[in-house]
Amino acid sequence: MSSSIAVPLSAAGARDEAVPLVDYGLIRAHLYAAFACLALSMLAGFLYSLQFLGYYPFTEGRLAELLSPGHVRLMHTNLVAYGWLVNGFTGMLYYVVPRLTGERVLSRGLGTLIFWAWQLILVLAAVGYLLDHGQAIEWGETPTGFRPGTFELVYVPVDALVTVGAVLVILQFMVPLYRARHQKYYVTLWYFTAGLVWLALTYLMGNVLPEWVLPGASGAAVTGLFIHDLVGLYVTPMGWGLMYFFVPLILRKPIWSHSLSVIGFWALAFFYPLGGVHHFLLSPIPDYVEFGAISTTIAIEIVVTTVIVNFFMSLRGSWDKLRTSFALRWFYTGAVMYMITCFQCAFQTTWAFQEIIHFSDWVVGHAHMIMFGTFTFWVYGVIDWLWPRVTGRRWYSTSLRSWHYWLSAIGIVLMFTILTAGGLIAGYMQKDLNPWEQIIDAQAPFWLFRTVTGALLIIGMLCQAYNMVMTAKAGKPFEEEEAPAESPEPVA
Amino acid sequence: MERFYTFLFVAGLGCFAIAFVLSMIFPWMSLGSYHGMEYKTLEDLAARPSVEFVELSKSYPQDFAQAFGSAEPTAAAFAEALQRGRDLYVGQACWHCHSQYVRPVANEDLRFGPVSVAQEYQNALAQPHLWGTRRVGPDLSREHGKRTNDWHVAHFINPKNVVANSVMPRYDFYFSFDADGRVRPSKDALSLITYVQWLGSESGRR
Ligand code: HEC
Repeated sequence: MSSSIAVPLSAAGARDEAVPLVDYGLIRAHLYAAFACLALSMLAGFLYSLQFLGYYPFTEGRLAELLSPGHVRLMHTNLVAYGWLVNGFTGMLYYVVPRLTGERVLSRGLGTLIFWAWQLILVLAAVGYLLDHGQAIEWGETPTGFRPGTFELVYVPVDALVTVGAVLVILQFMVPLYRARHQKYYVTLWYFTAGLVWLALTYLMGNVLPEWVLPGASGAAVTGLFIHDLVGLYVTPMGWGLMYFFVPLILRKPIWSHSLSVIGFWALAFFYPLGGVHHFLLSPIPDYVEFGAISTTIAIEIVVTTVIVNFFMSLRGSWDKLRTSFALRWFYTGAVMYMITCFQCAFQTTWAFQEIIHFSDWVVGHAHMIMFGTFTFWVYGVIDWLWPRVTGRRWYSTSLRSWHYWLSAIGIVLMFTILTAGGLIAGYMQKDLNPWEQIIDAQAPFWLFRTVTGALLIIGMLCQAYNMVMTAKAGKPFEEEEAPAESPEPVA
Repeated sequence: MERFYTFLFVAGLGCFAIAFVLSMIFPWMSLGSYHGMEYKTLEDLAARPSVEFVELSKSYPQDFAQAFGSAEPTAAAFAEALQRGRDLYVGQACWHCHSQYVRPVANEDLRFGPVSVAQEYQNALAQPHLWGTRRVGPDLSREHGKRTNDWHVAHFINPKNVVANSVMPRYDFYFSFDADGRVRPSKDALSLITYVQWLGSESGRR
């Protein structure tokens, strides 16, 4: 397959021609695992939502204890973060990093090891949740460690394993990045380099400090920072890194403004992590710390605008591509949702908004908008582009791709709307001192609708899963028919 | 400038470190010994067994003795129950449906009780804190003394026993029943009730 992005031809890249630059087997494995996790996670979310309708299926005996709604909720969020997104992003790094640096990843064997180790970690974490060993750190519930059953000697240190896994992933990709240290570094690599470092630091900070060192309110400042950094310093850099790679590739022209890319990156790196404490506003954390977090959160909004402007200006003159490229459609729909979520951030970080919305479904809507509407959409989009290339086959069905897109897009917008509305109502009812039973009653119709929108997302996902499997099995052979694109680098 | 090391060191390590100092070190300094807040260990907290714990030992002497080794509600047994209760509260993710702090807005002091202060979380049972971010059910940080043990037994067995439209899950797997229909709480049930009944008792005690 011809290189469709201008790869700097370093001598190192040509060292051993027998080993291909990009290892498609690893990408395929990670993408399959990612999709399996996504399916399980969505199923868990759906189950959890049934609890709110009074139709929770597991209410008897041992099953009720193992698959209690609380446990299922842990599965839902953690499978999205550590199963779907980490697997998906890692698979994509295997494609993008060698392509941009001209260097192979450290080792194929290490790749296989990382793949299986990571899936094992996910299974161990899941077993931990079911046996009541989740950790009290939001988005970091991965157990510190636990003894399954009665084997006193068997200890499963999940957090330590995750850390080792993260370090291996860093090794795998830092080596090609390091080898490219003398080259001019493209924007995507900025995000990946920093994002990989941030991932390890964030995970360590969040899982160690509040657990062992910092009690109560000072620990809360760190868990707030952890929730924040995991999304902002891992998921976001990986997401934008992919966008800076794939959007120019598909549009066949460079990103509109390099200066805006620079501003966007550095402002994210500098301002974003300062906002961590905004997850616990109006709490016993000192006010001056809260004010710092609030003002930097508002500052972030300006940054986001630069990035969004940059991407939409890049689209100028190429809008028709949205009609022909599914991948681009996913990317830009995701970008719009990103803009909406970040616009929300600037307001909901204020005390005035916090008073009403903080403990309500508004925040749940916000989280789904960013984790599904943006990042899952982007991963969907990259899969749409990558899958024919890693399987060597054309998409099996175009109409299924269309169904996948429209069900997901309509589903997530409706889900966001309904959760936001229900959240506002519940928030005001709390302030108005309505009895809790009435607050529950008021939310019931919204919860029902939420389950329905969730079903739309699941049906969309199933269309895609079926399409992926059938493509790999029965798709027509895929040839890169178009001419290689120009370099995504800015034209000087 | 646009080179590997810039992004590794300046962005990757540098920016992370700045934020870490500002949002971790600062609050930690002003919340720590600076204001004379001392840290309470589990033994400190459990020094005086609560009335609810003592009552549990009287209402369910058999189950209590089975759970904690003796029918006597000692400080050691109380500590064990608090820790086990907290562990279950974490493991069953109660904290994803209940918050544990009262804010100075939205009439929360009227609904739940005194606004939370940092001191009450400076202890082993709030490490990591269980503030939570979603209130499907009410805040529990002022639950101490609000309900009777019997209410909690009925509620955990099936929340609909006491609140007809509750969406809280049933925790009846922590209980068993005699041939004549009497409730037999397990150690988990006793611990969970002890923990929930303890929540907020630190706010008055300085
Ligand atoms: C799915 C969300 C959910 C989960 C999980 C959940 N609860 Fe609840 N809880 C509620 C709701 C809703 C209410 C209010 C209605 C009621 O009293 O049942 C409530 C009420 C309560 C109350 C009564 C508060 C009062 O005084 O009115 C207590 C105590 C309580 N829950 C404890 C727990 C414990 C302990 C757990 C974990 C073992 C737990 N809850 C798990 C939703 C939940």
